[in-house]
Amino acid sequence: MGRRGRLVLKIFAWAVCLAPLAALAWWIGRALWLHTDDLGANPISFITNHLGDWTFRLLLASLAMTPLRIVFGWGWPLLLRRLLGLFAFTYAVLHFSVWILVDHFFNWGQMAEDVVKRPYITVGMLALLTLIPLALTSTTGMIKRLGARRWTRLHRLVYLTGVLAALHFLWLAKVGRTDQYIYVAVLAALLGVRVVEWARRLVRRAGKIPHPRPATPP
Amino acid sequence: MLIRRTERFKASEITDEKLYLNRREFIAGGGAALALAACDVADGAAPPAGAPLKAARNDGVSVKEVPTKLESATTYNNFYEFGVNKDDPAREAHRLKTRPWTVAVEGLVHKPKTYDIDELIRAFPLEERVYVLRCVEAWSMVIPWIGFPLGAVLKQVEPTSQAKFVEFTTLLDPVQFPGQKPGFFGGGLEWPYVEGLRLDEALHPLTLLTVGMYGQVLPNQNGAPVRIVVPWKYGFKSAKSIVRIRLVSEQPKTAWEKAAPQEYGFYSNVNPTVSHPRWSQATERRIGEFRRRPTLMFNGYADQVASLYSGLDLKKHY
Repeated sequence: MGRRGRLVLKIFAWAVCLAPLAALAWWIGRALWLHTDDLGANPISFITNHLGDWTFRLLLASLAMTPLRIVFGWGWPLLLRRLLGLFAFTYAVLHFSVWILVDHFFNWGQMAEDVVKRPYITVGMLALLTLIPLALTSTTGMIKRLGARRWTRLHRLVYLTGVLAALHFLWLAKVGRTDQYIYVAVLAALLGVRVVEWARRLVRRAGKIPHPRPATPP
Repeated sequence: MLIRRTERFKASEITDEKLYLNRREFIAGGGAALALAACDVADGAAPPAGAPLKAARNDGVSVKEVPTKLESATTYNNFYEFGVNKDDPAREAHRLKTRPWTVAVEGLVHKPKTYDIDELIRAFPLEERVYVLRCVEAWSMVIPWIGFPLGAVLKQVEPTSQAKFVEFTTLLDPVQFPGQKPGFFGGGLEWPYVEGLRLDEALHPLTLLTVGMYGQVLPNQNGAPVRIVVPWKYGFKSAKSIVRIRLVSEQPKTAWEKAAPQEYGFYSNVNPTVSHPRWSQATERRIGEFRRRPTLMFNGYADQVASLYSGLDLKKHY
């Protein structure tokens, strides 16, 4: 892919990642100044859910880049991996900030109780925490400083983030709701591709190394 | 020649113009054609959405708060028969046909009776009561309901001495209630929706058989044509679109108890000290307000209802 192609790809990715935020800003602005009901009767709940949904979508998108390369052999998805991951982190921070600043309005007591007592909040919090080291080490400088091997190992933490995010969604969804299963299925597929690839590589490597004690012919 | 010019019919007997213009749809509307011959047309037809319903306010039992915006109360609903999302009921509400409609009051009673809905609405004097509706999801609304005490109907059918509980059943019809269609993933609630109260709770003067709100007939998404409102319990206890009220001797198994017994108990009294596994019940957000406010014991109705539960462990009987 040429320089021009890469630029177009990046611009497109930025636009996609910023669109949900722009839409939210637009709705909030209209609700505040024009008193429209774009945010529904419970705006805080709407905003929290919107940010949470997009956190998970972008997290899944970032987790989809490596499988795209594995399955189709494309190189370009890797150009977007960091961008998508950092946007997922941004949405996660906003999602969490709304919970602290707007929903509970610094009611630390109740929030602490929620984190301890409500498993879906506990795992949601943990999911956010796992993203912090990944965001901090996302720069090219940090990759160099850590060395590719250690950096790669550290960034496998994102698989745990995915699982925690899935639990967060599964446990908060009320009886009768079903969209959470779609997210979980996508996550399972994306992690599944990696497992298959890892197993294949293991088999290939085993095949190359000569067997220490060849089976004796009958 | 003297021509008599007395009124041959009363204004109330003239078919409403809207109904006249939609007469084919009306007749096609299943069963209505038969009903035509038997009763007066205006009575057999569902009142149009937003039709006025007058009732004097009962200030003695009304909270002194500004009611939630009508638009919020009709667009932010939990009514799973129409779908699980908050905006599903408003969108799907048009599917529900509220006439003809009957409510059977039966079971352990001396005089079982099946009320036609229009008969029921006229059977007792209507009053307006402004109650706080507290959802188990930690939000609340202030709603001016119109109805009469459920106890009035129950007394009319004369419960026997064996009657200890009252069971409410919502209409079962997946055509009118698309949420009752079996889902791809299964699960969800078991239909029809069943709710229940202890007989003394059902007879409590605050328990309202409700046919309207905000000076209008009850909108479909809020449980038309008739629902109950039990203001000291979480919203899901207040069964909607009721077709049967049965007096029984055993505690009914309610829809939410069946679906998630560890989350929803039979009593489900509003209680800030007993949290739901997923929501603290200590605070709530009043729809239309920014800050959460503390939740009150029995939703603020402790003075009137706490005595019903003396000696009952409310942590165990959540």
